[in-house]
Amino acid sequence: MPEILQIVVYGIVLGCIISLGAIGVSLIFGILRFAHFAHGDLMTVGAYFALFGVAVIGLPMPIVFPLAMIACALVAAGIDRILYRPLRRASPIIMLISSVGTALMLRSLVQILWGPDNKIYQAGIELPISLLGLKIKPTQVTIVLGALALVVLLHLFLHRTKMGKAMRALSDNMDLARISGINTERVIFWTWVIAAMLAAAGGIFLGMDTRLNPIMGWRILLPVFAAAILGGIGSFYGAIVGGLVIGIVQELSTLFLSPAYKPAVAFAIMVVMLIVRPRGIFGGKE
Amino acid sequence: MSLLLVENITGGYGGTDILHGVSLQVEPGEIVSIIGPNGAGKSTAMKAVFGLIAIRKGMVKFKNQVITGLRPDLVVRRGICYVPQEHNVFPSLTVQENLEMGAFVRNDDISGEIGQVFELFPPLKDKRKVPAGNLSGGQRQMVAMGRALMLKPELLLLDEPSAGLSPLFIDLIFERVQEINNLGVGILMVEQNAKQALTFSHRGYILVMGCNRYEDTAENLLANQEVAEMFLGG
Repeated sequence: MPEILQIVVYGIVLGCIISLGAIGVSLIFGILRFAHFAHGDLMTVGAYFALFGVAVIGLPMPIVFPLAMIACALVAAGIDRILYRPLRRASPIIMLISSVGTALMLRSLVQILWGPDNKIYQAGIELPISLLGLKIKPTQVTIVLGALALVVLLHLFLHRTKMGKAMRALSDNMDLARISGINTERVIFWTWVIAAMLAAAGGIFLGMDTRLNPIMGWRILLPVFAAAILGGIGSFYGAIVGGLVIGIVQELSTLFLSPAYKPAVAFAIMVVMLIVRPRGIFGGKE
Repeated sequence: MSLLLVENITGGYGGTDILHGVSLQVEPGEIVSIIGPNGAGKSTAMKAVFGLIAIRKGMVKFKNQVITGLRPDLVVRRGICYVPQEHNVFPSLTVQENLEMGAFVRNDDISGEIGQVFELFPPLKDKRKVPAGNLSGGQRQMVAMGRALMLKPELLLLDEPSAGLSPLFIDLIFERVQEINNLGVGILMVEQNAKQALTFSHRGYILVMGCNRYEDTAENLLANQEVAEMFLGG
C-alpha cells in the first residue's frame, strides 16, 4: 500500500506538469481550432531559457522562472505572428502540419545551441522529507504548489478580467465575438502568451523533476494531448483533471509494465477515450 | 439625412452573388422590416450592411458616411449593432458576462447600461450569473438583444428575432423591439412573421431573388391585395 501511495505521489507531480501543457493545448484549440503540435517543444524552449538564466547568467531560480515564462511567451507570440497568422483561414490540417514544422525547428534550435546531452539545473542530491511514511522531495512540493498557484491565477484571469472573459467568448463563438466588436487578433495574442507561459512553467518543472534534453518536450507531447482529449479539448478544467489522471495512471502502470511503456499507456487512454467519449469528461469543443 | 442608406448593392458569399442590386433605407427612429420568401437574400442584405459578406457593387452609407465593406468590429464602433438569428449568445459565459462582451470596445463604467438591459428584460436580472447556454430560447433572445444594446447603438439590426420562439415569447420580443425603438434606436429587421412584424413597423421592403420587389409604408403593404396574397399568407 505505501508503495502504491508513493507512486501516486510521483503521478501527481507528473500530472501537474502534463496539466500545465494540456491547458495551453486546450486554450489554443478552443480558440484557433487546431492541434498545436509544437507545444511540447515550447515547453523545452521554456526549460532551456531557465537553464540559460541559472547556469549562464547565474541568477537564482525564483527570479529566472518568471523571466523564462515571459521569454517563452514572446517566442510563441512571434511564431504566431510570422507563421500561424498568415494561415488563419487555412484548414486545420495545414495549421497542424505547420506546427509540426515549428516543433522540429524549435527542437533543432535548442539542440544546436545546447547540444543533445542531458542537462540539470542544480548539481547535488536532494534529501527527501518523510511524510506519513512517504518520501517527498522538496522539488516535488515546489512543482505541485507552483502548478496549483498558476492554475488559480489562470482561473482568476479567465473569470475576473475583461481579456480573460473575451478569451472564453472567442472560444465559445468567434463570429459573435467579432460582431460584438472584440478585436480577435488581440485576444489570440494573449492566448499565445498565456499558453506559452504555462508551457514554460511545465517545461521548467519537468527539468527540475528529471533532466533537460532537447527531446524532453516532444516526449511529453503525447501525454499532454492525451490529457487535453481526456478532459475534453477546449475545456480548461478538463485539461487539469485529464493531466492528473494521465500522470497518475502512467506512474501506476510501472507496477505492471516496464517504465518504457508509459507513453503507450497515455496513448491507450487517449484512443479508448476517443472511441468511447470523444468529447472528453468535461465535454469540450467538437 | 437617412440613418442608413443602402444603394444598389450586389454581392454574396465567395463567388456567387445573392444580392442583385438591393436598396434599403432607414430613417432615424424608424422600424423597417425586410420580408420575402426563403432564399430572397433578406439575411444576406443585413449581413452586407454589417461587413460580413463581400459587396461587389453599390454602397452602404451610415449617417452620410460610407461604410461599404468596413470590418464588423469597426462597424460596431460607428453605432450599428447586429443580432444574428442563430448562435447569438456566448453559451458558456454568464448572462452578465455576455452583456459585458457587448461593451468590449468601451473602457468606462457600463453598470448603467447593464441596469437598463435588466429594466428592459426583467427575467434576465435573476439569471445574471447563469450561463447563457442554460437559458430558454426566449431568454437567450433577450440576452442577444441586450448584448447588442450595450453600446447604445443608433441602429439595431435584428435577424429573425422571433425565430423558434413560442407565440407568447414572440409577442414579448416584438413588444421589446418597439420599446427599444421608443428609446430612439432605428431598427432594421428581417422577419418570417411578416404580417405581425408589419403591424408595428413604419415601413417595409419585400425582397425576391435578391432584388427589391415592393417598398412602401407598412400600412400600404398590409392593405395591398397582391402583397397580402403572395407574401403575407393571404
